[in-house]
Amino acid sequence: MGAGRLYAAVAAGGFRRYATYRVATAAGVFTNTVFGLILVYTYLALWDVRPHLGGYDRAQAVTYVWLGQACLAALAIGGGGVEDELIERIRTGDIAIDLYRPADLQLWWLAGDLGRAVFQLLGRGVAPFVLGSLLFPVALPSDVLTWTAFLGTVLLAMLVSFGIRYLVALSTFWLMDGRGALQMMMITGFFCSGMLLPLNVFPGALGDVVRVLPWSSLLQAPADVLLGRAGALGTYLFQAAWAVALLLAGRLLQSVATRRVVVQGG
Amino acid sequence: MVDGGTVGEGTPDGADAVNAAADGGRTAGAGAGGGFIELDRVEKVFAVRRRTGLLRSERREVRAVDALSFTVARGEMVGYIGPNGAGKSTTVKMLTGILTPSGGRLRVAGIDPARERTRLAQRIGVVFGQRTTLWWDLPLIDSYRLMHRMYRIPRARYRENLDRCVELLELGDLLDVPVRQLSLGQRMRGDIAAALLHDPEVLYLDEPTIGLDVVSKARVREFLRDLNAERGTTVLLTTHDLQDIEQVCSRVMVIDHGRLVYDGPLAGLHEAGGSERVLVVDLERELPPIEAPPARVVRVEGPRQWLAFPAAQSAAPLVARIAAEHPLVDLSVREPDIEAVIARMYAATAPVTPP
Repeated sequence: MGAGRLYAAVAAGGFRRYATYRVATAAGVFTNTVFGLILVYTYLALWDVRPHLGGYDRAQAVTYVWLGQACLAALAIGGGGVEDELIERIRTGDIAIDLYRPADLQLWWLAGDLGRAVFQLLGRGVAPFVLGSLLFPVALPSDVLTWTAFLGTVLLAMLVSFGIRYLVALSTFWLMDGRGALQMMMITGFFCSGMLLPLNVFPGALGDVVRVLPWSSLLQAPADVLLGRAGALGTYLFQAAWAVALLLAGRLLQSVATRRVVVQGG
Repeated sequence: MVDGGTVGEGTPDGADAVNAAADGGRTAGAGAGGGFIELDRVEKVFAVRRRTGLLRSERREVRAVDALSFTVARGEMVGYIGPNGAGKSTTVKMLTGILTPSGGRLRVAGIDPARERTRLAQRIGVVFGQRTTLWWDLPLIDSYRLMHRMYRIPRARYRENLDRCVELLELGDLLDVPVRQLSLGQRMRGDIAAALLHDPEVLYLDEPTIGLDVVSKARVREFLRDLNAERGTTVLLTTHDLQDIEQVCSRVMVIDHGRLVYDGPLAGLHEAGGSERVLVVDLERELPPIEAPPARVVRVEGPRQWLAFPAAQSAAPLVARIAAEHPLVDLSVREPDIEAVIARMYAATAPVTPP
């Protein structure tokens, strides 16, 4: 009870911290809209040449693009979540302060990241999505149930996303600097989540592999549920399995890191 | 052991003329009664890898803290000083449980910090001069509300502690200001309040006055004295500013190369460092160096002469004697510079074994 309220307070703080910067949010909405437009025209050109690529029709392909733009910031697919701050705190030794607190490091940062993700979904995701849906023909479900199931997949995607980024951030304890790891995370994230192209257009073994990697939980899984191409239950199970595995790995790495790694700085 | 006879040339600073008569092993003032903080031969060894060739690296051990033993009683205010890299921060990190000692025994309030970090965290407060626990982007009050949840402070208690800190640290107008907009002094006061809302039994402060202006420093020091007097909070303060120690602490521990080189009252440092005071006399005319043992002339400049004598000794008989035997025009006494005493202590190679 008490602990739950603490992490709820941390999450609320995470939400409000990001809500403070309104100009940044507006700039983010603008960026997502512009990139959405570029991608939509690219996709439409591609789908003209290869109709029903990956099993999507044109409207579904357009929907997929705007869904990606809506989730990009919230799910921190290319980075940009709390891991940037966590890496900086490990690098400078400010992490010491987090360790003095009678709170669990992973839950603390998870709560803060969920608050951030919810803000960015609302603040940065909704506007480009709505705008895109008004400008182009899209394939959106008409029943509340599918929308609810979709929101469930987004929530699980937030957990998986944090699980990946927490591991990357903790690597700073050993690497002393997180920039290289962040770069790799960004490239892998864009490619493997389906941000560049839907994972179901990937051919052969490559497609089979990327579809079972954790990144497919981020964008492909919510998209499949929203577009009615996958059942909610199976998708939930797949995402939850990755969330649990990654969060447990994070816990393990955290206990190793805090036990035997030097906290930097005097 | 303090090195003998390093006399700074040409500087008219009393302490430079001090000739150290070192006789190791004096330490005093260890906390009487039950130790609230107990360290018994605590060690911390870091393995450092150094590249020696293209593919070869050499593994070297660095002893950050070496057989450190001391006790701090409940309610004591202790200054913990030492040069950069002496092991101060390492000690504090071990005391709070975020570093595990490589050897020895360490207890705070009967708890082994490394094993029960979270339980201990409820009973300690930590303030870093150069880091902040506050939420950077949000108003100050939000960080305090978070402390309220995190430490599960009963509502009435939280209210009372917050009101008190707000009043004493003059935070009233700042509660709704985002932390990023606070000045360094304001932020520091904000951090101190954040560390005290849960009534910690011991407060560790790591350079709490670094970068603060004179007024802010004084305010922080005064607050710490009041806190100790009213709540009996044990305070361990690391600093490079000796005025912090002079104005706040009854006891000072000097650490160098991971070992305790002095533990006792601040005044005792003079004796321990073999410091001397300097009597500056202006004579009517140029004269040969005055002979007045145990004082000795360390410098002559025209009719002015500098005589060094042990800091513990009274200047009166010396003055009387010189006045009687020589044509004296004017005189002044220069007190030893505590910073210089400590600087010489840091420079000394072989540390004094603690008791």
